This record gives sequence, structure tokens and C-alpha cells, in this order.
Amino acid sequence: MFEDSVPLAHYLTLSAVLFVIGIVGVLVRRNVIVVFMSIEIMLNAVNISLIAFDHYLNLSNGQIFSFMVMCVAAAEVSVGLAIIIALHRNKPTVNLDEFNLLKW
Amino acid sequence: MELLIFYPIAGLCIALALGVIFNTSPVGSAMCLIGMMLGLSGIFVLLQAHFVAILQIIIYAGAIMVLFMFVIMLLNLKEAASSDWVMRDKNLFISIMSGVLAVGILYKIVDVIFMTELNSPATLPDSFGTVATIGESLFTDFVLPFEVASLLLLAAMIGAVVLAKPKLD
Repeated sequence: MFEDSVPLAHYLTLSAVLFVIGIVGVLVRRNVIVVFMSIEIMLNAVNISLIAFDHYLNLSNGQIFSFMVMCVAAAEVSVGLAIIIALHRNKPTVNLDEFNLLKW
Repeated sequence: MELLIFYPIAGLCIALALGVIFNTSPVGSAMCLIGMMLGLSGIFVLLQAHFVAILQIIIYAGAIMVLFMFVIMLLNLKEAASSDWVMRDKNLFISIMSGVLAVGILYKIVDVIFMTELNSPATLPDSFGTVATIGESLFTDFVLPFEVASLLLLAAMIGAVVLAKPKLD
């Protein structure tokens, strides 16, 4: 193999950094769409670790798992965006703080 | 050589991910997210997972982001409301504490990550990550999760249609 191949820790660090950026996005932003995009960032960050472990252990299970993660992400996005549209029809805003009907 | 490819792509991905959460317009966020997906597919190619790299482009950068753009255009979210960035006073303390928590968790995770002993990749066969290998694994060992995933997608499709209908009758 190459002498200067990337150590596994660097891939995992990239994954952790992207995951934390996603968490910060969910916590900081109040725009429904941007919160949704932050969730997508987190799902992608997990995929990086799965595939990096695959590459370093010569397995294919992680790639199957990331395939399943993509299926779940697609399902989640389609249902979530439908919910956003239904919410927007009842209350024309995208600010999460104004949706508190089920909160208390 | 691999390091020379890895670091620019990783830096680009992190910069674009920050662009997603710090952009004031949702359309700009979506564009940054598309760029991040493409960068991640480059990382997957670097890890020799070609099938997942192609899926990343087709599903994420293609299908999911088109759906996001549809909804952004449908809801007409041209400018971010100025209230989008205002933190409520009673939440300031909690916000600072969660920021500290996020940085702390990141520090601890990276600390643990660097204890790993896997520093050089396994010697991979030529068939690693190809459609044939993944497909064989998917239709033999993982055939039940595969079918369950198809049910999940069907349920999501029906759910989206029912939710987005103007009135239930």
C-alpha cells in the first residue's frame, strides 16, 4: 500500500466534526428547513465512519448499512417535508418556536 | 498522495457544512449542502466504496436536494426572517451551555478516536466496493433488511401523499 495513506483516525475525526456541526445546526437555527438540512449532515457524517471502518477492515457490511441509512434518510425527508407543507398551510411561518401546540 | 487528496476535500466539506448552518437564505444553505454531498462522495471514492459514492450523488445530491429545493420554492422562503437568528433571553444560558457541551463532546470523541490502532488500510481485493460485491451481499446476507427497506419506502410514500393532501376525506 501507499506509504502515506490516510490514518483511520482522520476519517473518524472528519465524521465527528461534521456530526457536531449538524448538532449545532439543530440547536442554533430556528428555520425548519435548515434544521432538516442539519439532520441530513448528521446522517452523512455517520456514513463516513461506516465506510471508513469497511475500508480498514475489508468488510462490506458498513456499505450495506450506509445504503440502509440512505433509505431511511429518503423516507424521513419525504415525510418530514410533507409535514412542513401541512404545517405551513395551517400557519404560514417556518420558525420552529411558533409551533408549540403540542408542547405542553 | 492520498493525504493530498483527503485534506482539501475534508476541509471543503467542513467549510460547506458550516455554510449550511450559517447561511441566511435557505437556498444558499441548500446549495452548500449539495456541495457537501459531492465532496463526501469524493471521500467515498477515496475509500474505494464506488457504489456508495454513486448512490450518494444520485440519492442525496439528486433526489433529496431536489425535494428540498421544491419545498423551499413552494413555501417561497426567499429571505430569512430576521427573527430566525434572535435567541430568546431565557434561552441564552442554555444556548451557551449546549455550545460548551458540543465542543466538549467533540474533544472527547477525537481524543478517543486517536487511540485506534488501525492506521493502515487492510489489503483490499480488487472487487472491494463494486456493485457486484455489494449486490451479492445485499441479496444473500442482508435480503431481509433490504425487503424491510422497501416496505419503509412504500410507507413513506403513502405517508407523504396523505400528509400533503389539502383535506383528508
